[in-house]
Amino acid sequence: MSGTTATQPTPADLPLFPFPEPVAHPLDPPAYRDLLSGEAPITRVALPTGGWAWLVTRLAEVREVLRHPAFSADIAKPGFPLLRPLPRPRDRDRAGLFIRMDPPEHGRYRRMLTPEFMIKSIRRLEPLIQQTVDRFLDDMVAAGPPADLVDAYALPVPSLVICHLLGVPYEDHCFFQSRSRVLLNSSVSVEEAQGAADELRDYLSRLVTAKQRDGGDDLLARLVAGRLRGGALTHDEAVGMAVLLLVAGHETTANMIGLSTLVLLRHPDQYAALRDDPGRAPALVEELLRYLTIVRTGLPRLALADVEIGGTRIRAGEGVIALLSVANRDEGAFADADRFDVDRGAHQHVAFGFGVHQCIGQPLARAELRIALVALAERLPALRLAIPDDEVPLRRDSFIYGLQRLPVTW
Amino acid sequence: MRVRADRDRCCGSGNCVMTAPELFDQDDAEGLVLVREPEAPPALHDRARQAAELCPAAAIQLDAD
Ligand code: HEM
Ligand code: SF4
Repeated sequence: MSGTTATQPTPADLPLFPFPEPVAHPLDPPAYRDLLSGEAPITRVALPTGGWAWLVTRLAEVREVLRHPAFSADIAKPGFPLLRPLPRPRDRDRAGLFIRMDPPEHGRYRRMLTPEFMIKSIRRLEPLIQQTVDRFLDDMVAAGPPADLVDAYALPVPSLVICHLLGVPYEDHCFFQSRSRVLLNSSVSVEEAQGAADELRDYLSRLVTAKQRDGGDDLLARLVAGRLRGGALTHDEAVGMAVLLLVAGHETTANMIGLSTLVLLRHPDQYAALRDDPGRAPALVEELLRYLTIVRTGLPRLALADVEIGGTRIRAGEGVIALLSVANRDEGAFADADRFDVDRGAHQHVAFGFGVHQCIGQPLARAELRIALVALAERLPALRLAIPDDEVPLRRDSFIYGLQRLPVTW
Repeated sequence: MRVRADRDRCCGSGNCVMTAPELFDQDDAEGLVLVREPEAPPALHDRARQAAELCPAAAIQLDAD
């Protein structure tokens, strides 16, 4: 219950966070115009779990908070700003989940994985990404129009790639996709979310045991062989890392591919330009990441010491939410920020976060987006929506923004 | 311009390698930053500055001559 003390009750007039999604312009972050036009770079919001938190919305301050050692990412600490109540703490649930740990503990786990995700390592994976993309495009074209691009392309491509990288059988994709969805759904109960997490853990626990026994040439087998056998990692820690990678590794990129396709269909000149000059893809991908910022509800942190951010004194024990989506529309950093503009040079966006937790999978996500979008533009130049634009169903109840379906024809 | 990187702070994001591959690399064991070119030639000064600014862990230091 962030910041709530007897002397500081929750002011009833604070706006409740997360804000309702806009109906008129669903690709714009909620309520952001009001936030950015305000004088203060930092405001206060009420939290659905009670209490309140500071909301940081400008790029400079978002980066400052996320890079500052005084802010903790450990949700188990009292006062942490929560959007959903925490289940009863169990050590097993925490093991290996380094996204919720602070330095130096965090770095110990992250460093075991970084080599797997370096740009040069991902380059070796590109032929597999290309094959995967071609395979699902072949299937979609063979089945003929219309198609649901989310189901036929956006979701299966990153799912198969992460399965291959981790050494998870792709046959099980229905299972882990549905459980990941529940876990990331903002409207399910604590019990449901916990149940989905438990099922994923049990599944990956069996897989880790099998890798330990049989070995193999994949990330989980290498993790288990190199570290677990040496005693540096416990079984539960390896399982926690596997859960994190599997969930983070497919749902995010899948939503980005779906939403990116929608944006390209609204900008047919950009879609055509991509086909004519695939060299534009890296700049396009950066602008899509900025413009869409699918981690919509921002990144929560807890102040462990008093810090001044953007002229505001934040005290130890108070919660902060770094709102990536709004920071990525900061006019001070991105001129005409609401415009989708591939040539703007969007590289300083914070769609992958900032600080020591900045997305470890970003080279993989960038490669998948680039290869998937170029292949789509080359293969289906006449791609168009099969339903009216304003009827495309958005996923509004998820911590990761995306589309439910994208009906297309060609 | 002198380029230094603090491997204790680095979180292996690879941003510097993406921004200025002539200046930075990552090691194979832990994915942490390696400076390939401790003396950045003038043609690379802008990208060295960009790499320092975009480093999520503030691990890159530049010293002007
Ligand atoms: C476009 C797709 C993606 C987006 C927008 C995205 C976004 C993010 C963001 C904002 C964070 C920071 C979380 C925080 O600071 O609390 C993060 C962390 C993380 N991401 Fe991604 N991600 C994407 C794809 C991926 C992929 C493909 C993987 C592959 C396994 C992945 C794995 C992770 C992991 C393990 C972390 C935790 C890193 C840490 O705590 O050190 N992500 N991601
Ligand atoms: S950008 Fe910073 S954190 Fe990322 S690899 Fe380079 S030095 Fe390390």
